[in-house]
Amino acid sequence: MAQLLYFSWVRERIGKSEEQFDLPDGVQDVAALIEVLRERDNGYATAFEDLSRIRIAVGQSHVGTDHTISDTDEIAFFPPVTGG
Amino acid sequence: MASISVQADDFDITGEINALKADRVDIGAIVTFTGTVRDLDGSLTSMTLEHYPGMTERELQAVADEAEARWPLQACRVIHRYGTLSPGENIVLVITMSAHRHAAFQAADFLMDFLKSRAPFWKKEETGEGATWVDARESDELALKRWNS
Repeated sequence: MAQLLYFSWVRERIGKSEEQFDLPDGVQDVAALIEVLRERDNGYATAFEDLSRIRIAVGQSHVGTDHTISDTDEIAFFPPVTGG
Repeated sequence: MASISVQADDFDITGEINALKADRVDIGAIVTFTGTVRDLDGSLTSMTLEHYPGMTERELQAVADEAEARWPLQACRVIHRYGTLSPGENIVLVITMSAHRHAAFQAADFLMDFLKSRAPFWKKEETGEGATWVDARESDELALKRWNS
């Protein structure tokens, strides 16, 4: 099971901060995972409606949507960061 | 070795400087940057900083290590707070120490540019009208390009 984490308004729109998720067969990169998540309900669809505003980390490192994922990964979705 | 902290509590700038400097006499320049909660028009009641525990520490350490690799620093310290803060409160502290000022100034500038675009923090501003997430600034992204050469 992959561990999915959501932060900021991505978390608010989806309605949870984390979940375990069984990656379906054929889902091998972040882009494919986002497509699957979008279909789950309106909250996910709203969270992922504009991918230019979504940033991704796999294994706590910044990655792009073409990054390969597996069932043991920690995968986080969040808006562009605003610290400092 | 650069030292970083992610904490809810406030920090003591003088205490941090003294701890880093200790009895060293090879330091000729100390630069500090402090970022604070800004309220330009009196509407802000508080600001809440959310972060990604684990990744935050990794990113801050990576940025601080990169600063130490690029400039001859005697000390490098980054502290970033999370949680709910009031207007005027401290958010972030960067301290760089070097034999000469240019390295200390540039390293501190670099650290702030990079942590603003890489460290996973998100600010939410609370006002009497409700709460809104702060949007990332394009200028912060552009600021990184200065350091690419």
